[in-house]
Amino acid sequence: MKILVPIKRVPDPELKVKLKDGAIDLAGASWVVNTFDEYAVETALRLRENAESGESHGEVVVVTIGPDDAGQQLRSALAMGADRAIRIDGEDKALDSRVVAAVLAKVIEAEKPDLVVMGKQAVDGDANQVGQMLAGKLGWPQATFAATVELAADKASLTVGREVDAGVEYKTIALPGVLTVDLRVVAPTSVKNNITPASHSYGTGEGGPRYASLKGIMAAKKKPMEQKSIGDYGVDVTPATRELGVTLPAARAAGQKVADIPTLVKKLVDEAKAL
Amino acid sequence: MGNILAFCEFDGGALRASALSNLSFARQAASAHGGEVIALLIGVGAAAAGPAAAAYAAKVVTVEHGDLGHYLAETYAPIVARLAGEHGAAIVCATATSVGKDLLPRVAALLDAGMASDISKLEGGNRFTRPILAGNAYSTVEVSTPVVCVTVRQSEFAPAEPTGSTGSVSSADAGAIDAKGARIDRVDSQKSDRPELTSAKVVVAGGRGMGNGENFKQLEALADLLGAAMGASRAATDAGMVPADWQVGQTGKIVAPNLYFAVAISGAIQHLAGMKGSKTIVAINKDPEAPIFQVADYGVVTTWEKAVPELIEEIKKVKATR
Repeated sequence: MKILVPIKRVPDPELKVKLKDGAIDLAGASWVVNTFDEYAVETALRLRENAESGESHGEVVVVTIGPDDAGQQLRSALAMGADRAIRIDGEDKALDSRVVAAVLAKVIEAEKPDLVVMGKQAVDGDANQVGQMLAGKLGWPQATFAATVELAADKASLTVGREVDAGVEYKTIALPGVLTVDLRVVAPTSVKNNITPASHSYGTGEGGPRYASLKGIMAAKKKPMEQKSIGDYGVDVTPATRELGVTLPAARAAGQKVADIPTLVKKLVDEAKAL
Repeated sequence: MGNILAFCEFDGGALRASALSNLSFARQAASAHGGEVIALLIGVGAAAAGPAAAAYAAKVVTVEHGDLGHYLAETYAPIVARLAGEHGAAIVCATATSVGKDLLPRVAALLDAGMASDISKLEGGNRFTRPILAGNAYSTVEVSTPVVCVTVRQSEFAPAEPTGSTGSVSSADAGAIDAKGARIDRVDSQKSDRPELTSAKVVVAGGRGMGNGENFKQLEALADLLGAAMGASRAATDAGMVPADWQVGQTGKIVAPNLYFAVAISGAIQHLAGMKGSKTIVAINKDPEAPIFQVADYGVVTTWEKAVPELIEEIKKVKATR
């Protein structure tokens, strides 16, 4: 099976947010693969491999829209085990979800994957839109916010555990389709593909995406990376969303430490009037 | 001039609390756009819940069909998109629940609309402010497509009050229903008598420091005494101590109750993103350096084993005097 994984680079979410001229200051930002997209790469690799024999049962193609530097994030995904990459040249500032979905729809027309796996949202913009938009544009089914995924033995459908407000919903979609992944998809037994033995556990504890091995990093340097430009896809790339300004939230007033529980309850009653 | 089509979730003949926040936004948007609010109810039971919705909106449109028994983006999105056109919608909105977040971008794709997600404020026209970077910044955006899709952060919009008059209720056709090969197999839900986490006035949340699910029972006793909802940090839900739908945080639920108890929660950025809008925050943690104390109004450095029984006892005393 062929799996396409669109990824986005984001400024390192561990670093403090700084503003400059009413926008996020990205000068000197350290860029990383969006956390959820890294999980999407991991999910795609688990879906196509036999984790115990190491045998591959399909192709994983990663794609990004970004400047030259964004090639580094594609290389990271290749080092994890993806087979090839496509970088579509574009500036982050000139993109919004609608444009990204339109370009990706064209990539999918050309690549014809059986499945698209992507992060449920990028941790910079937190929009949570592109997967659903892409599925809507293509007329494909969607399974969003996946915590667990099981590929049917005939590879014609996926059953996805989705953490919804009411509990966990199990949704089956026919392929081709769009899968977006949430945090728990990288837990040790969250992904089943009916190839890897069902008893297999990825890592220990909370699991997580795989690290690139030294061998993987060396191999990634030789894997193909195609360069494209947005213009190659013939879609209207005028963003409909314009950022007018960014502000930082007001810091919460400094709180107080109180000596014991009776004092706490007294303050909650008398001072905060919260009880 | 344009109308506001507000997709509203309902349950048992009434609108969900989350829908009232959406209607609150929809009213503001209707006055900005000079149009009216149209509440849209889709699914089995929509017709029965229509009259309840009419207390909150000038117009209610219900779409009832046996094949719409379970929400599916694949079947609901074409209906919303078609009705947006038929009713001259300038904005299509929903609360940013797990349904709203799944549905609206798909609707946007069908309408070729731009979209603003999880907004915290309407600035006027099609200008919206929304949290980005896990709530560490707020971005104001303008969306320039003729129709705009919006999801609304429930904790930032007070529930709408009834309008005082009764809106008109009409039904619309579901049209051709095509699930595109998608289906719901089952939903595993935790039934609870406690209030909904996202609309509760008091939330009692525990973290990894609680140790195990059994220990959470003591927190649940505190929650029940306060009529509170239960919450948890990602570390606690990931460790399987409590159900995943208790998770408060950037990727769990966003809450803003009057009173939030964070017990044995260290206060990772991703948790703070889900609760720092709470009015009063109480932190109980044995580690005096825990980051949770930086956002807490009141902090007590102690173990949960000591604190929780004392809290229950002291709160009972307060209640007894009322």
